[in-house]
Amino acid sequence: MSLPAHPLAGGVADWVGLVILLPFAGFLVNGTLAFVRPRARRVVAAVGVGAVAAAFALGVAIFLAVLAAHPTEPYVRPLWTWFHVGTLRVDAALQVDQLSVVMLLVVTGVSSLIHVFSIGYMQDDPGYARYFAYLNLFVAFMLVLVLGASFPVMFIGWEGVGLCSYLLIGFWFEEKEKADAGLKAFLVNRIGDVGFLIAMFLIFSHLGALDFATVFAQAPHALPAGGGVVTAIALFLFLGCIGKSAQIPLYVWLPDAMAGPTPVSALIHAATMVTAGVYLVARANVLFAMAPVAGAVVAGVGALTALFAATIGLKQWDIKKVLAYSTVSQLGYMFVGVGVGAYAAGIFHLVTHAFFKALLFLGAGSVIHVLHHAYHASGRHADAQDMRNMGGLGRTMPWTAGAMWVATLAISGIPPFSGFFSKDEILGAAFARGEVQPFYLVVWAVGLAAAFLTAIYMTRLMLYTFHGPNRTGDLERPHLTEAPAVMTWPVVTLGVLALLGGALNLPHVGTLHHWLEPVTEGSAAFLPALVPATGVEITLMVAAALIGIGGIWLAVRRLRPEALVTPERAPAETGLQKLLLEKYRVDELYRAAVVRPLLWFARVVLWKGVDQGAIDAAGVNGSAAVARGLGWIGSRLQSGQVGTYVVFFVLGALAVLAAVLR
Amino acid sequence: MLLGPSLVVSAVLFTLGVVGVLLRRNAIVIFMCIELMLNAVNLSFIAFSQQLGLDGQVFVFFVMTVAAAEAAVGLAIVIAVYRHRDTVDLQNINLLRG
Repeated sequence: MSLPAHPLAGGVADWVGLVILLPFAGFLVNGTLAFVRPRARRVVAAVGVGAVAAAFALGVAIFLAVLAAHPTEPYVRPLWTWFHVGTLRVDAALQVDQLSVVMLLVVTGVSSLIHVFSIGYMQDDPGYARYFAYLNLFVAFMLVLVLGASFPVMFIGWEGVGLCSYLLIGFWFEEKEKADAGLKAFLVNRIGDVGFLIAMFLIFSHLGALDFATVFAQAPHALPAGGGVVTAIALFLFLGCIGKSAQIPLYVWLPDAMAGPTPVSALIHAATMVTAGVYLVARANVLFAMAPVAGAVVAGVGALTALFAATIGLKQWDIKKVLAYSTVSQLGYMFVGVGVGAYAAGIFHLVTHAFFKALLFLGAGSVIHVLHHAYHASGRHADAQDMRNMGGLGRTMPWTAGAMWVATLAISGIPPFSGFFSKDEILGAAFARGEVQPFYLVVWAVGLAAAFLTAIYMTRLMLYTFHGPNRTGDLERPHLTEAPAVMTWPVVTLGVLALLGGALNLPHVGTLHHWLEPVTEGSAAFLPALVPATGVEITLMVAAALIGIGGIWLAVRRLRPEALVTPERAPAETGLQKLLLEKYRVDELYRAAVVRPLLWFARVVLWKGVDQGAIDAAGVNGSAAVARGLGWIGSRLQSGQVGTYVVFFVLGALAVLAAVLR
Repeated sequence: MLLGPSLVVSAVLFTLGVVGVLLRRNAIVIFMCIELMLNAVNLSFIAFSQQLGLDGQVFVFFVMTVAAAEAAVGLAIVIAVYRHRDTVDLQNINLLRG
């Protein structure tokens, strides 16, 4: 081949495999230590944090190389041939391009901070080494997911992070409720994974390849735009995203996933793994742009999820549940972005969300940690995650409270915090496309309504946690302090990122937008222009900012933290409030409509009917009965009477004689 | 010469032997009937060897040898059975019933 060498070849990008290998080695070391020396906390922490921090450093080096070269083609680094069957050849190959580098930096960067935070948070946990082993393994799989150069390699990472999610949700598996939550996450994700698999089969049967470069280059020529095939592929891929990124109707696992340790919620269930679906849509932007119906479905589901989850977040008392529904809601925003076709905007929101949501979870983790220790000191049992047991913590935890206020303003879309720019860009793109296709105006309006609710529930969380009188209890109050430094400084670092992250992609500068152009240019031909006119854009920005400010103002005016009482003395909720508190009873609906019929079907039809009725009765026991019957007939001949044998012998001899003489 | 009458005698003897085996119950008698059948066959061999060469007579020696061995083993079994069961009536001996 006489192709000119890729500008990244021979440089640091050749070491991209090491980025995955480092956390994986950390997993092996910590996994061994978990069995051999479970008390070696210093070593475990050093290995766990060191591996991820080293991966981050290497990621930065690769980023700088990409920055210097700014290649127009992705750099694919083949490692070995994974399998080669007939015409299907899949290499274990990694891809370095603008999109994967952004994800690489976010994943390793946020992971590093969260690993540091975990040193403090998991301090007294007997499963310390096991925890860091799982967390390292997760980072390794997440990097396989974002760096994989083909659908199957990505799928390995996709399944791997699902496994780690299961392991970490059920980390405290002694409590059945938590083990069940892990199982639920795993099972619900299976539904989506089937979609991913079917999409892969369709891609292979129509395009004959599975690596990104070939598929995205071939698709516009081999498949008719807007045709049934490409729409089916995109929709099945999106089914995978619905599972992994917790969208309606498969979002139910994410709130339950809060059973895991809080840093896990921050890393896996807010910043990285759940955004894999958004990454997948952005990665396959050519396919989604070619299928306008699929794009509309993505945006519609995203907008609906954003609003739906935000309403539930309004009435939750568990601080982590509020943040969980907030995550579901914000993921909906990202899908609005990538569904509309504003892939850079979707990724932009992914990045800023990774900063401020990881911060919010870590801050909540600090609060829970402090409350837990206070209750431990007093010996009283109360829910350390219930906001009705908090209040006034801002006085003792100024750093945590300050950083969380930054994140709250960011998520509410208040300028100049990062969330304002990313959210505004998504809504602006939806509005611009709505001028051509009115459906997207509905998406825009729903998104705006969700933004309003976001500001309300986040302000509610902050007011109830950090302001007003303290409701923790008189015995516990002296134990309420700021979290240790190892926990506060990751939070503050994320606070700086949440504050400044918007600079990545300022309106009209669009650094990230231009940065991602080599990745998204393949889809540009199929999409209308998504930048609204300048006047409209400014109006939209002002409207979005006002919506956010209005939500905060309303929450501050209407909510009375002084009037709150602890959960034991709280009156029962009624009406709409009860419905929201009970999460619209969706879990109960699924239980009645899916789980119970499935269990009934499994027990009555498959077990009692097919297994016991058909397979056991006809197959296993039936064949035994037939053999026994035949044996009984045969045994009747064995009378033990010599005379009988002789009779048969003579008859047989006569028969032979007759046959010979005839 | 005398082939026809010899074969008739042989056939009669063989039939007697078969009928005896089929109808009698006493193991000794059945044994004797088997001997009768063997000797009926021997008679045929001798008769045919008049015309077809000495092969038949050689066969007769083999048959007699086998019959002697058979008698030795068979009678030993019968004695052993009698010691256990106090009878040689085959109707009562059906240990191998399936």
